[in-house]
Amino acid sequence: MSFKIKALTKSIWVFHASAGSCNNCDIEILDCLTPRFDLERFGIQLICSVRHADALLITGAMSKKSVPRLKKVYEQAAKPCVVIAVGTCACSQHMFKDSYNVDAPLDKILPVDLCIPGCPPKPEAMIDGIVKLVTKLRGKKK
Amino acid sequence: MSHKVIVPIGPYHPLQEEPEFFQLYVEGEKVVDIDIIIGYNHRGIEKLAEAKHFDQVPYLVERICGICSSSHPYAYVLAVEDLLGTEANVVPERALYIRTIIDELQRIHSHLLWLGLAGHFIGYNTVWMWAWKYREPVLDMFEMITGNRNNYAMFKVGGVRRDIKDEDVPFLKKTLDELVPALDMFKGAVMDDPVIQARLKKVGVLTKQQAIDWCVVGPTARASGLNMDVRRDEPYGVFDRVDWNVIVEKDGDVFAKTVVRVLEMYESVSIIRQCLSKMPKGEIDANIKDIPPGEGIGRVEAPRWECFHYIKSDGTNRPIRHKIRAPSFMNVASDKVAAVGGTISDATLTLAAVDPCYCCTERVEVIRKSDDKKIMNGWDLIKLSHEKTNKVKEELLNGRA
Amino acid sequence: MRDKIKEKLGSKIKDWKEQSARRVYFTVDKKDIVETVKFLFRDLGMRFSIASGSDTPEALEILYHFSNDPSGEFYSVRVFIEDKNNPEIDSITPLFPGAEWIEREMWELIGIKFKGHPNLKRLLLADEWPEGEYPLRHKNEP
Repeated sequence: MSFKIKALTKSIWVFHASAGSCNNCDIEILDCLTPRFDLERFGIQLICSVRHADALLITGAMSKKSVPRLKKVYEQAAKPCVVIAVGTCACSQHMFKDSYNVDAPLDKILPVDLCIPGCPPKPEAMIDGIVKLVTKLRGKKK
Repeated sequence: MSHKVIVPIGPYHPLQEEPEFFQLYVEGEKVVDIDIIIGYNHRGIEKLAEAKHFDQVPYLVERICGICSSSHPYAYVLAVEDLLGTEANVVPERALYIRTIIDELQRIHSHLLWLGLAGHFIGYNTVWMWAWKYREPVLDMFEMITGNRNNYAMFKVGGVRRDIKDEDVPFLKKTLDELVPALDMFKGAVMDDPVIQARLKKVGVLTKQQAIDWCVVGPTARASGLNMDVRRDEPYGVFDRVDWNVIVEKDGDVFAKTVVRVLEMYESVSIIRQCLSKMPKGEIDANIKDIPPGEGIGRVEAPRWECFHYIKSDGTNRPIRHKIRAPSFMNVASDKVAAVGGTISDATLTLAAVDPCYCCTERVEVIRKSDDKKIMNGWDLIKLSHEKTNKVKEELLNGRA
Repeated sequence: MRDKIKEKLGSKIKDWKEQSARRVYFTVDKKDIVETVKFLFRDLGMRFSIASGSDTPEALEILYHFSNDPSGEFYSVRVFIEDKNNPEIDSITPLFPGAEWIEREMWELIGIKFKGHPNLKRLLLADEWPEGEYPLRHKNEP
């Protein structure tokens, strides 16, 4: 198990899923790939099939219609897989928590490993969060 | 022999931020019908707005959509100011200029974003990277004025919340000057590249009559020959005091939609420059305290379309009804006619050309009418699109040789 | 424009309010809505912008907003539906397809049934949402 985690931290392939978000966090995630921040030079890649994912980036306020699909996506991901909640909506549902069409917060649905708050979190904040997570995971191996 | 193929695009595709569900019915390669299922992003904002104070609502509506993040609060404050009188009477002049600048900066960043996505869909990843690279200076301008790259928190009833400092103006002007050569490059790429023309022309056509019947607006309508623009028809901000043109194209295909958006960016740069030089000194906030009973309608020309807000007040400090028509509501429905008749490989492009503000977008599912449903991944659909581009490139090269 | 509307609809107009130079609100009976909409859309060439339904203490109110683009004016047609237990009105979707989605939305959020609508099914709410519960209705009447 620890070998898998070490392998995971070397070059993380992320899969992005949105469960009812306003798009801001999603665009900032994509911004991380663009020339200014360029995460691909660290080996972090955004991939299109969840079966290859090492990390799930989840945004959104958990609308009722998306939650069953989100659970299915998580089941399809190969374990071990870290779950990262990006944005205040994913961390705590933000101002939508009283709405009639949102479900429970993300940490009641899936096991969350990292929360990156912000509305939207700047790309620098996201990179910082991922670095912290990688450091922690590598520390666990020891 | 008719077959149904199920081809889902997304929902969690790298470039499809929000989930939306299109079901395409195909026979062979041709799309014969399309079913659109949305609702994955429905967060009950209209109901939440009824529980908020008038000043708290802009914060809420900003987060309806992240890309057109300033259109919704602008339409909302226009609706409340419509209730009180008209914007020009209520709001101080400097605030009108600042509002216009924010609105136009947002249009540039949104069109560049779309250009990048369209480039990716047809396989030109360089276009994607460069369009988003040149989006960064625009976001820097936002950060300088408002403090944030994306959610600006600038609009309030009666004015704006932050001023543009005089010492910031040279930076803004310089960044705009540096943006124009990039726009020239994109314009050249779009207009002159034969592969792009071959991929985009005659694809996803929406005729003028269809555009009227489906009540579409914005660049989607202007690409089909409908000459309408809220900024000209019902001027808000200072659009009636600066010189600019409405861009209209006739063909209604994806190429026309691209041209409209590229040329609109030039207009936006020109408008911002004029605003920066004409902006007078003065107050930025009218300090409105009470909202009397009544109703108001506010609309702005968001990058995607006419963004419409309706407010009903009963004299208390909360709206009793707030109706929001997000820009893509009508345009996405019109995909029904635009995508039908085309091929699967053009499907993603057609759906993306409408520029759905993925507030309500999910995956596309292509259904083949037969017993064995073949499920293709959304990525497969994008790959189909890339394959078609490669085929077109080859044909052109062979034609030349 | 206003004179043409008043001339054509005559006594069908129950109430006429010109809030400002560009905003006109007038009320018609719900049985006259199709004729009114046909006139505004086909004969006067206005564009249908959106319709908003609300729950007021007296009745359910629908406002159909039409835009006269050349002049920038908005004409909003108001109808009242008194019977809250079984609200029904004729659908305008057969006249032009652009109204399909908004009528579906009003049906599922407020509960108004549109007679003659070709495709009255759920648009926004999840499939598991209970029947008969309409989120935009005010539950506690003041």
